Amino acid sequence: MTPAFANGFGEAGSVVTIEHVSVRYGPRPALQDVSAVLPAGAVGLLGPNGAGKSTLIKSLLGFIAPDQGDMRVLGLDVRHAPLEIRRRVGYMPESDAHIPGMNAVTFVAYCGELAGLPRADAMQRAHEVLHYVGLGEARYRNVETYSTGMKQRIKLAQALVHDPDLLLLDEPTNGMDPKGRDEMVALIRDIAHERGLNVLVSSHLLPDVDETCDHVLVLAKGRVATQGPIAGLKGHGRRVFEVRVKGDTDRFAAALQSAGLDCHDTNEDVMRVLVPEGRGSRELFQVAAQHGVQVRHLRASVATLEDVFVDAIGAP
Amino acid sequence: MPIHDQGYRRYTGRRVQGRGWWVIARTGVRERLRERRFLALLLLAWAPFMVRALQIWVSTSFNQLSFLAPGPDTFRQFLDQQSLFLVFVTLYAGSGLIASDRRANALQVYLSKPLTRLEYVAGKLLVLVIFLLAASWLPAMALLALQMVLAGSPDFVRDNPFLVPAITLFCVIEALVSSLTMLALSSLSRSRRFVAIMYVGVVFFAAAVYQVLRSITGSTAWAWLSLEDVFDALSTAIFRVSDDAVLSWPVALIAIVVLAAASMFILDRRVRAVDVVT
Repeated sequence: MTPAFANGFGEAGSVVTIEHVSVRYGPRPALQDVSAVLPAGAVGLLGPNGAGKSTLIKSLLGFIAPDQGDMRVLGLDVRHAPLEIRRRVGYMPESDAHIPGMNAVTFVAYCGELAGLPRADAMQRAHEVLHYVGLGEARYRNVETYSTGMKQRIKLAQALVHDPDLLLLDEPTNGMDPKGRDEMVALIRDIAHERGLNVLVSSHLLPDVDETCDHVLVLAKGRVATQGPIAGLKGHGRRVFEVRVKGDTDRFAAALQSAGLDCHDTNEDVMRVLVPEGRGSRELFQVAAQHGVQVRHLRASVATLEDVFVDAIGAP
Repeated sequence: MPIHDQGYRRYTGRRVQGRGWWVIARTGVRERLRERRFLALLLLAWAPFMVRALQIWVSTSFNQLSFLAPGPDTFRQFLDQQSLFLVFVTLYAGSGLIASDRRANALQVYLSKPLTRLEYVAGKLLVLVIFLLAASWLPAMALLALQMVLAGSPDFVRDNPFLVPAITLFCVIEALVSSLTMLALSSLSRSRRFVAIMYVGVVFFAAAVYQVLRSITGSTAWAWLSLEDVFDALSTAIFRVSDDAVLSWPVALIAIVVLAAASMFILDRRVRAVDVVT
């Protein structure tokens, strides 16, 4: 389902436009000349820890003033209209965040009121979103007694209560068990694809982004490593092979790299080798032969987001 | 949408702008009033009112005891007595106002809403100001009203037309300065206990330092260190009573302006959604 977008969008339906943005923390650059156009729908913000993802989100909210560059969110200039942006944006912070001493429904309704909803509407919305995020039964419990997974859900609820046009989710599955993580991912997918909200998911977990987003912006060391539709990036003219070898795998990997073939390990003893367009698996065998390594298994595979990530920033 | 779908739905109702400070203040007052211990403290703060009310009743009921009849200075003395209770109310209701938010990372929740830092501080400030006025201005005005009722005429207020503005002005200054100071201290820590200790230091330790300096130097030049003496000098000037304060009112005024400015500077530095450590 295509999201029913509100007015005020930027160029060509973009939700966020970032132009040459740089942010420094003292002498340390956090973002360096970042330019990107994030389209409507679900966009993933990927990068290893310290890549600048959270800094970018906090800059979009106006928490951090960039040293240079311009940013527009929903067509509004971050520098000049931060309050209007926050009225239309929901933010789920990375760290635990709640108002002390409140139960869940009071907390979420309070957030709704702070965002401008009348009291009665805020309370009604609080009940609804708490049911939606799966905290309906626990909504009268003090938030401080919640488990980590429940705290993640309540953060999502407070970000949703005022019905934003854009949700900024900073590491939404942090600290969740596998079941909770699956449910959170399903929620985000539902919000983005069925409920008509634009979502920016910041994560260092590739599967989270892969399962929820259509587009991705990959940051590395404060710079844009790559960006675009995930489907397009996966099929970016390269072939991927799963390879299992017997011998010195480290030396073999280094040899592949020097031959211009990117590769990275998986959790199993299988390497994924990215072969550029116009080159084939024969080169793999040649490199293996040159270094005395036996290829025990070779299978053509489908490119994943991890391959895109590795290709953009190197092995994770 | 099917009627069984209890999932997310879009909000099409109206939205109100620019009243976040009021939401914070209202919620803060409501949450605090749920605590029985705090209610007991507020009731205790009204104990001097009961004593003064008895004094007024006795003076209006028995001619032999008319020497107990209240004068303008009675209200100044009453407000001076209330100062101790104000310290306890400030400690109880104020120490966690920002410290607890910092402990729970609530500032980024607040400031991710359409709310300025000024509105956040104003809302928190109002919570404390309301309680302090409820323990100073409200009983003082109630005493004044009681005096008129028991005397059966408004002559007392008519003869002392400055009294209502004086009570109001002094109570507002005292509440604002105490609240700003407490908020600034509350923004410096994540522990409300530590904040309370700091506030006790500002109020009592600074006064003790002044007393030590006075006993050593024999001079009252350091009286501005004592918040109690600063308020005493201001109340003396505002209530136009005999000048028995150790501090002149301009110096007292400068002291509270400096204290308020320092508090606002601290709040400006500390109330942020993101702590950037460089």
